[in-house]
Amino acid sequence: MQDQMVVHNPMGYPPKVSGKPLAPRLDTLNGRTVYLVDCRFDDSDILLKSVQAWFTEHMPAVKTVYKPISSVYTKDDPATWQEIKEKGDAAIVGVGH
Amino acid sequence: MFLTVTKSVVRMNGAPQMRQVYLPHPVMGKTHEEIKAYVFGISPISGKSVMQEVVEGLTQPLNEQDRKGLTFARTTPRLCEPATEDALQQQFLDNNWTDKLPVVLPTLERVAAMLKHTSRKPDEVVGHHAATHFREEWECTVEQVAVNAVMAGARPEYFPVILAIASTGASARGSSTSSMAGMVVVNGPIRKEIKMNAGTGAMGPYNQANATIGRAFGLLSQNLQGGSVPGDTFMGSMGNALAYASPTFAENEERSPWEPLHVQRGFKADQSVVSVFIGMRHMAFTLGLRHAHWRDHLRNLMRGMDPNESPTFLLDPIAARLFQDVGGLKTKKDLINWICENGRMPAGEYWDYQLIQNYQYPRATFGEEPLASKLKAKPDEMIPMWTPEQVNVVVVGGETNGYWRIAGARLAASACVDDWR
Repeated sequence: MQDQMVVHNPMGYPPKVSGKPLAPRLDTLNGRTVYLVDCRFDDSDILLKSVQAWFTEHMPAVKTVYKPISSVYTKDDPATWQEIKEKGDAAIVGVGH
Repeated sequence: MFLTVTKSVVRMNGAPQMRQVYLPHPVMGKTHEEIKAYVFGISPISGKSVMQEVVEGLTQPLNEQDRKGLTFARTTPRLCEPATEDALQQQFLDNNWTDKLPVVLPTLERVAAMLKHTSRKPDEVVGHHAATHFREEWECTVEQVAVNAVMAGARPEYFPVILAIASTGASARGSSTSSMAGMVVVNGPIRKEIKMNAGTGAMGPYNQANATIGRAFGLLSQNLQGGSVPGDTFMGSMGNALAYASPTFAENEERSPWEPLHVQRGFKADQSVVSVFIGMRHMAFTLGLRHAHWRDHLRNLMRGMDPNESPTFLLDPIAARLFQDVGGLKTKKDLINWICENGRMPAGEYWDYQLIQNYQYPRATFGEEPLASKLKAKPDEMIPMWTPEQVNVVVVGGETNGYWRIAGARLAASACVDDWR
């Protein structure tokens, strides 16, 4: 019969997670500008340009803007986020992998 | 493949769910036609049209939780519920708190003994760790580092070294699909104080300090960053046996003809320092330096590497002296400069490497030098693979022969051990 032991928990302290609301949705995409954001990883460009081709073919009333992020995906890109806020109505972020 | 991890990352960033659409995997390497067929086709997860889901994701109304986001707090109890040794070993295994090998259970007495070897308070914050850029950073205290050091089998006198490693925030369990491992080089007086090995077998399982400090680096990384669980907090496709050890060793300063790594990094020779490497995936090797073709042999080894890696040269003291005597490279800096001058490949090949496309090409187009200038090269122009800042040289080994290796490992940070005594 083994004795009972008391030991430490080895995990660190997780941060509090603070809620982030999703961006408001649109009632329609017609006549709106949708940014197609390329995160520049593993052929994301081909993926986003295929999405653009779909819109051109199936929803020509939607204006799409193919937008590669400024640098590598590990760096924040406030200039791009600001451009989308000012000029876009919606954004789709594409990750190739 | 990425359903679990993407949902998990979304939750940890404060959203109950995101409007995500999944395509067949992989996208990388497929033709334009194949990728277009994915986009115009059916999602393997939902069974719905990919683009129908995309459009719906942008236009379907948000629910109350979408508008509020997800706020929650978690706690980590200091102690586990009392149990038998066998039950606790099983609990640690089941909770993914180990490297799947038995651990030394962190009893109150063992952790207290570890804590006696630092002047820092148990509740002092040592640093923060995360599995990837996208996951939340966890915080760790001196006591929590001590718990993991005990689990690894480290002796209490090793504790300042382990604290210094933890203070860098570098993870030996980074969640890259490339399956990375960590590596630690120790310099200065602490090497002898705790009897680390810099000589014969230094990188192998032959020295308690080397072995257990490396294991502690791995365990503290996974437990203090919130886990390293395949499919969630670890996405390394093949895994990496080097991650069992996180190779940790002392530089053989006494037998090296060159200045030690920590002095190169701006520390004084009598300071004790850890230099923590990440992204270690492999090592190439060869023996000696032959007068006629050593330059070709070295170029061949370098061309075998992915240019996105950072090369760390690990030289037995015999090999280091051969680089001086045969190669005429009198200092580490001479060797590093030679490597950068001669480690070249055609620009067309360089920019076509997938990892260069992922990590260097975007920076080049952003105007970051010297990458932006490299991008202007013609496809057949030979361009350097690395800059001197990316290359490191460490002398280690017992002079049983003049072997040398190139590890693909990036120096993440150095930290002074003396600050943690």
